[in-house]
Amino acid sequence: MYLYDDLDRTLVTERAAEFRDQVARRLSGELTEDEFKPLRLMNGIYLQLHAYMLRIALPYGSLSSNQMRTLAHVARRYDRGYGHFTTRQNIQFNWIKLAELPDAMDDLARAGLHGMQTSGNCVRNITTDQWAGVAPDEIEDPRVWAEILRQHLTLHPEFSFLPRKFKIAVTAAAHDRAAIRVHDVGLRLHRNGAGEVGFEVVVGGGLGRTPFIGKTIKPFLPKRDVLSYVEAVLRTYNQFGRRDNIYKARIKILVHDLGAEAFAKEVDAEWQPIKDGPLALDPAVVAAVAGHFRYPSYEALGDNPPELAKARASDRRFATWFANSVTNHKAPGYAIVTLSLKPEGGPPGDATAEQMEAIADLADRHSFGEIRVGHEQNLVLPHVAQRDLAALWRALDTLGLATPNVGLVSDIIACPGLDYCSLANTRSIPVAQELTRRFRDLDLAQSLGRLHINISGCINACGHHHVGHIGLLGVEKNGEEFYQVTIGGQADENAVLGTLIGPAVPYAQVADVVEDIVEAYLELRTRPDEIFLDTVKRVGVEPFRERVYATR
Amino acid sequence: MTSPLERKLRISGPVVVTANRLGDGAVIYRTDGGRWSTRLDQAIVVTTAAAASTLLAGATADGINAVGAYVAPVRQDADGALQPGNLREAIRHAGPTIALPGVI
Repeated sequence: MYLYDDLDRTLVTERAAEFRDQVARRLSGELTEDEFKPLRLMNGIYLQLHAYMLRIALPYGSLSSNQMRTLAHVARRYDRGYGHFTTRQNIQFNWIKLAELPDAMDDLARAGLHGMQTSGNCVRNITTDQWAGVAPDEIEDPRVWAEILRQHLTLHPEFSFLPRKFKIAVTAAAHDRAAIRVHDVGLRLHRNGAGEVGFEVVVGGGLGRTPFIGKTIKPFLPKRDVLSYVEAVLRTYNQFGRRDNIYKARIKILVHDLGAEAFAKEVDAEWQPIKDGPLALDPAVVAAVAGHFRYPSYEALGDNPPELAKARASDRRFATWFANSVTNHKAPGYAIVTLSLKPEGGPPGDATAEQMEAIADLADRHSFGEIRVGHEQNLVLPHVAQRDLAALWRALDTLGLATPNVGLVSDIIACPGLDYCSLANTRSIPVAQELTRRFRDLDLAQSLGRLHINISGCINACGHHHVGHIGLLGVEKNGEEFYQVTIGGQADENAVLGTLIGPAVPYAQVADVVEDIVEAYLELRTRPDEIFLDTVKRVGVEPFRERVYATR
Repeated sequence: MTSPLERKLRISGPVVVTANRLGDGAVIYRTDGGRWSTRLDQAIVVTTAAAASTLLAGATADGINAVGAYVAPVRQDADGALQPGNLREAIRHAGPTIALPGVI
């Protein structure tokens, strides 16, 4: 866990007090909506279809059990008893009343939580691998660097009014679980030929109306330079990014228009004068930030203890969950456990206050009080002793949090869609719910292997449909909901955008279409371990297109 | 950016003026006497662009009770009851089409 110091606490507390005053002035009529809107957005407050929505940052997806209890309290006291974990390691509450928001903000601030950097044209919540610090395949903890960037960029006056929002993701693992190549800036810690650790800097990725995979403009950046180089990227974007057209304002358009090489030259020109200045990172500063992260005092345990072996041998349901939701940990005798927020028929990413409190208790009991949120909209207990896995599973099972579908066809990423969102054209959640029912058979889901479905209710692509193995994009046609279908996308280190397979299909047919695609895959794959993506790469889109449209 | 009042309103059927209530964001409709109601059946229905513009101007001027006023289509069902004119408005009127988590 990262432990806040007095500076952090003061910032969050003062911000909550400022916001209380702003809300009072708005409610009294002293501020107009035009004056108030940018203020509320800077605190993560949107006005959606039915109510205000409060988005709270969970920096690098990490939160304590106490913070989770606070979220449960906010859900129960100020909302309708649940919250929605998003694809950017935030949580959203959908039914907050403006008049009660100052109290909610105070309660959140007491737990070190806030909505800063979750809206507006600033650097948004910096995200990373939900397994950071515990993943066996990482070379160091990327949260330290995310935290250094967060401290520097939070309320940074030069970058509070960028041409558009700006999203940064950091990974330090061989397998990219943070989707860095579809972010405005992606940072990948890796080791160069000389054995030194530094960053690959990727810019100009993003989804939305004009999707791009990011381009590498710096294959290896020494760690000391990460702050100055990101500053140079932001300054270049701030100077050259378009402000005349909201649809062309993201950095991805600038990088595309200039070309990655020319953009890199502009960044370099901006960077050279500042690289050896105050932003050059002193190792002592990095060490001080790293020192705020507290790592558990792990017991000296061995892998695969007798309790675990016995449970796996005697209980098929536990064994299935273990194989699906439990991952190797850096520390012997420990495991990383993913909690699926994708039960059959449930809205993806939602958790009730009761579930949040129970998860907090389980985190205290089994995970040193720490919880993570991943961009797939699931939760993680990052430090579970393997001997405790069976007990944890029984508790999760009673809470509806042990669906063994992580990474499978029913582990669907979906935006809130037209059921909540004022930008959406179509619904996402009911489509996801129907698909989880169609693929309720876990044996089938497991036999399909890794298969990610992503659903967005509009072109803004909050459901990341472009990088879904199967992507669904809702479009409205003459007042009816239709869905474009793409296949072959992926968001990891081999990120690629999916390919459209044909005309959009109506709401009533979209689940049938996905079933057709899955059936085609089962017929086309050459062996059971050829995953959907590999089949698409091998045979192309055409066989799937034929299957879907032959009878439509 | 053209303000909503400066844009030429084009309507092809009956419309109401709707907004969100300032204090809690609830969906509200413009009613008689410059008031607001959460009930669609109390909304003033107009059928011409001129009348809709006048209704919207009054609603937009009320910056203390309502946020983001705009013109929305409605229709009458077989029983003569007023219904939202499209899916977006239907969801605003009736709430999400899904069961809310934790609500049986």
